[in-house]
Order: sequence, then structure tokens, then C-alpha cells
Amino acid sequence: MTDPATSHSPDNVIEVRGLRTQFGTQIIHDGLDLDVHRGEVLGIVGGSGTGKSVLLREIIGLLRPATGDVSLFGARLWDLDRQARLPVLRRCGVLFQDGALFSSMTVAENIELPIRERGGVSTDLAQAVSRIKVQMVGLPANAADKYPSELSGGMRKRAGLARALALDPDIVFLDEPTAGLDPISAADFDQLIKDLQQALGLTVFMVTHDLDSLYAICDRIAVLVDKKITTGTMAEVQAVGHPWIEDYFNGPRGRAAHPASTAGQEGKT
Amino acid sequence: MTAVLSSAPGDYWNFDRTANALKITGAWIGQAMPVLEPSMEALVATIADQRQGDQVKIDLSAVESLDTFGAVLLIQLQNTLETRKVKAQLDQVPGHLQELLDRVVAVAAGVKPCPPTTNPVRATIERVGQGSKAVAAEALALIEMLGMVCRALAGVIRNPGRLRWHATVQQMEATGINALPIVGLLSLLIGMVLAYLSAVQLKNFGAEILVVNIIGLAVLREIGVLLAAIILAGRSGSAFTAQIGTMKVNQEVDAMQTMGLDVIEVLVLPRIMALVITLPLVGFYAAMAGLLGGGLAGYLLLDISPSVFLEQLQTAVTANDLIVTLIKAPVFAFAIALVGCFQGLKVTGSAQSVGQMTTRSVVVSICLVIILDAFFAILFQAVGL
Repeated sequence: MTDPATSHSPDNVIEVRGLRTQFGTQIIHDGLDLDVHRGEVLGIVGGSGTGKSVLLREIIGLLRPATGDVSLFGARLWDLDRQARLPVLRRCGVLFQDGALFSSMTVAENIELPIRERGGVSTDLAQAVSRIKVQMVGLPANAADKYPSELSGGMRKRAGLARALALDPDIVFLDEPTAGLDPISAADFDQLIKDLQQALGLTVFMVTHDLDSLYAICDRIAVLVDKKITTGTMAEVQAVGHPWIEDYFNGPRGRAAHPASTAGQEGKT
Repeated sequence: MTAVLSSAPGDYWNFDRTANALKITGAWIGQAMPVLEPSMEALVATIADQRQGDQVKIDLSAVESLDTFGAVLLIQLQNTLETRKVKAQLDQVPGHLQELLDRVVAVAAGVKPCPPTTNPVRATIERVGQGSKAVAAEALALIEMLGMVCRALAGVIRNPGRLRWHATVQQMEATGINALPIVGLLSLLIGMVLAYLSAVQLKNFGAEILVVNIIGLAVLREIGVLLAAIILAGRSGSAFTAQIGTMKVNQEVDAMQTMGLDVIEVLVLPRIMALVITLPLVGFYAAMAGLLGGGLAGYLLLDISPSVFLEQLQTAVTANDLIVTLIKAPVFAFAIALVGCFQGLKVTGSAQSVGQMTTRSVVVSICLVIILDAFFAILFQAVGL
């Protein structure tokens, strides 16, 4: 596949080469390569336990891979100390599965926290920006002064997204953004991600199980099978012919989500 | 991608008099805010000075990059100029920035200002009032809970099979047996300290032997049971709150209710029963450990031999002193367990709430124990026990 010696290309925000992840004797990834291009929406899919979220944690420097190179904006996080990591991490926004909002702070305070930590911004401006982010993600204005426990699951996700966007990052990582949402909210959330991605010129790295999201907003798909990753557009990935990928996209749910095949399905069964 | 950021405000804007336009240059992004934001006042003053007429243009054709921070600053600039009767218009916005600016303008219109800060004196009075109301409401709720527990207790007395015996015994082990080492150690030490303290004073009068009276009375009537109650309030009362609170956060309590289980009967009653049974025993044990400590200190410090100690103890204390302890202990236990479970059931939503309620549970139950102790002291005085 890709030559591990290739130098960092300016169009790749993330480059993973020869990644190996191991928990005890259990090998999760083995020789995994992945490129994420600037400005694309990449969807990561794979069965439960194939290490989708683990991969995300390795890229953002929460988990150290056993071997292999992970570079984020051309920087290898594991070679950097805490201070040197900061400028790289401040170009990333992360939405964790249930938002991971700090429960002791209001939504607005949650968004202001990274802004204040970076410093150099007056309180007024930080507040103005946080309130604008609240509205940008489609939350009602009064949600800004609420605590996370007072919000519904869908609203918490939106608030988490607003916090991920607080520093106007270049890339956002989304861990199952539509899990646990009803289909209408999930579709709204997909649209929101797409809109924001276009308005802010974001790169989006999205771990998901939601086939609808994949069809609706992803430019490329990365499938985690056999401890490695296969990437490509929807059509390319489906043409690979791996049994799991076949099952995934052509199973009953996969067919139902396929926009082109829905019309053909009607009247058949 | 990361632009090299200039530290001179002049690199971000300059006012072109002939074109009557403010030219925006450089990277108007969050990292530039330490330079840009303080320069806004000078910028407004420059425009107010040099403008012609009451319309100016803000020329964005040369801007390098712009993010939400820069966009907000631009909109704020527009608004500030508006209040000075200058109409500023954004001009030659690069296509890829138009959408971001539109969004910021659109939402900025709907953004409500931050809540105004209130007068501190008024806010303090308000907080006192609200605090008092909350205390009153909590007292009422605690009494309500007491009622529910009594009802559940009546049900269990009529039909003992309904008590969760297994849970009760488990709680007895956790609150009683597991607490023995710490209670024993602390009581022993307190007994020794007390003996030492009174010995120093009584030596002056040559009445060392009365140390035994002081220790006997103090440990049996008050200190033994009080110490046990306070330790159990910190150890078990807080555990009750945390256990029940976590179950509330996990919606286990909701699940129980939908299955038609009575939360009071399943969660609260076993804990109260367990503590009511164990605290008198632990209290008695603490008193014995205290006596042992006092005896030890007496022997080492004052040469009071064990046999003399026991002889003197017999004349100093009566069975009544022990009965007093055994009457108080179950009441303390009931209060501690009731408060612990009550605070646990009050947990809402977040993990932080569990911590808050646990702290409050310990504070309230220790307060209650000491208030009850004072009440008992008066009561026993009146009835001559």
C-alpha cells in the first residue's frame, strides 16, 4: 500500500503509518495506514470492537500506539512535550460520545473555557463568541446559561459540538455524533455538520455507525476490517468485495439507507 | 496554514482617507486577539477623526484569514461606529468568508446580552432569603421522608418477610464489622487522652484515683456513643448517599419504580435497620475501647493497677450510665441513616450532584447527632437517669 517513508504531504491533515495497537495479547490494529485530506469529511466505520474510537484516541494523543507513526498537522504528538503539543491540539476540536461537557459549568462557560485557557481575549469577546457558537449549532439562546444536566441528549451533543468549535479549529473529531438521537434529530445534526464544515472550511473526522450519515455527508469512507483500514469513496469501498463490507452496505439497513436504492426497494417486499 | 502573526496593530488595519475606507489586512484570527482587541479603541478614534461624511467602507479585499473571533470583532466595530452615527459597510468580502460573516451577523442579532450584574447587597439578601427557604423546604421534605419510612416500617412489622434481610445483613457488615478497627483505635486514643488530661489536673489535689470516675462517666455516657455515631455518619451515612445517589444517576431508581418496587422499602429501610442495630453495638464497643485506653493511661501514668481501676469503676458508674448510651444509640443511628438516604434520593442528574449531596449528608447528620445529644442530656437530667 502506501510507502511508509513518504514525507508529510501538505494536503494531509492526518497521516497514520504502520500503526499497531495492542491491549495485552489482543491486537486491535496491525499495520494500519490512513490519510485524512484537508477539507474533507471522512467517515470511519467498522464493527464493534474493531477500534474505531481507539484510533481516534491515538490520533488526538490520548492513547499511545504500540508502534507506528501518527502525525497531526505534520507533528508527531508523542514526540512532543505537553507545552509543544498545545498549538497542535488547539487546532483540533473533539466531540466525545455524550458531549463530555463539564457538569459543573453552564454551556456558555464550557465553551468559554478553551477560549480563556488560550488567553489573550477579553471576557466580553469570549462571552460574545461563546454565545455565537451556541446559536451556530442551533441551540436556543437560553440554553447558554443552562447546565448540561438540564439539557436533552441531542442538545448536549450540540453543546459539545459548540465547545469543540470554540477555537475555530481546522479539524473536528466526532465520536458517534448521531448515536442515541432520533432519526429526525440525527438528520438535522448531519446537516448541521455539513453546513458548518462548508461555512468554516473544516476537516471532519467522524466515527459513526450511522449509514444515513455516511451517505449524507461523508466525502470518503474508511472501513476498519482485519485490523487495517480501506479508504475510498462510497462506491470504491463497496467495490472492494470484502465480505464484512458487503454485509455492512448490502444488509437490510445498508440497503434502506442507500439513497439510490430506496426507490427500487419499494413494492419489492 | 498557520499565519505568521504580527504584533503591530498597523499590520491589521489602516484608514485610507482618499477612499474613505478602512482597509483590513493580515490574519484576523483568535491568536491575533491580544494585539487586535486592545487596538479597537484607537481604530474607532481614527475613523471618527479621519472620515468624511457619515459613511465609511470596511474593505476586506486584502484580509488574509478571518475566524469567528475576527468576525465578531468586525461586527462589534460596526455597532460601535453606529452609536457614533457612522454607518460602516463591509465591502469586497472574499467569497469564502461571506458565509461565516453572514452567520455571525445573523446570530449576533439574536444573541441576548449577558445577564446584568445585580447590586451585591441585594444579591446577598436574596441569597439569604433563598437559603432560608431552601432549609425550610428541606426540613419539611425530611419529615415527609420520616413519614414514608414509618409507613414502610409498619408494613414490614406486619409482614416481616418483606424486609430485605439479605441487604440488611450486608449493610450491617459494611457499617458495623468493617468499622470496628477505626472506631476501636480512635476510642482507645481518646480514652488515653482524656485520662492524661484529667490526671494532670487531679494530681494537684492528690485525687488521681478520680481519673477513673471521669473516664468511666464520660466514656460510658457520652464519648463512646458520640464518637461511634460521628464516625459512622462520616463512613456509612456518606456511603448511603453515594450509593443511592449513583443509582439515581444511573436511573436504577427509576427502573425500580417502574417495576412497582417501593424505593423506601428496598433501599432505605434495610440501611436504616442495619444502622439502628449496629450503632448500639459499635457504641458499646467504643465505650469499652475508651475504658481500656483510660485504664492503660492510668496504669502507665499514675500507677493505678487494673484491679484498683476496676474497683473504682464499680463505685463510679452504674448500669444507668450504660442504659443511657443504649437509649441514645438507636436514635442517632436512625437520624444518620435517614439523612444519608434522604440526601441520596435528592441527587439529580449529574455526578457533581452526588458529591454535593454526600458532603451535605455528613454535615447534616453530624449536626443532628449533636443536637439530639444535647436534647438527651436535658431529658435524662429531667428524669434523673
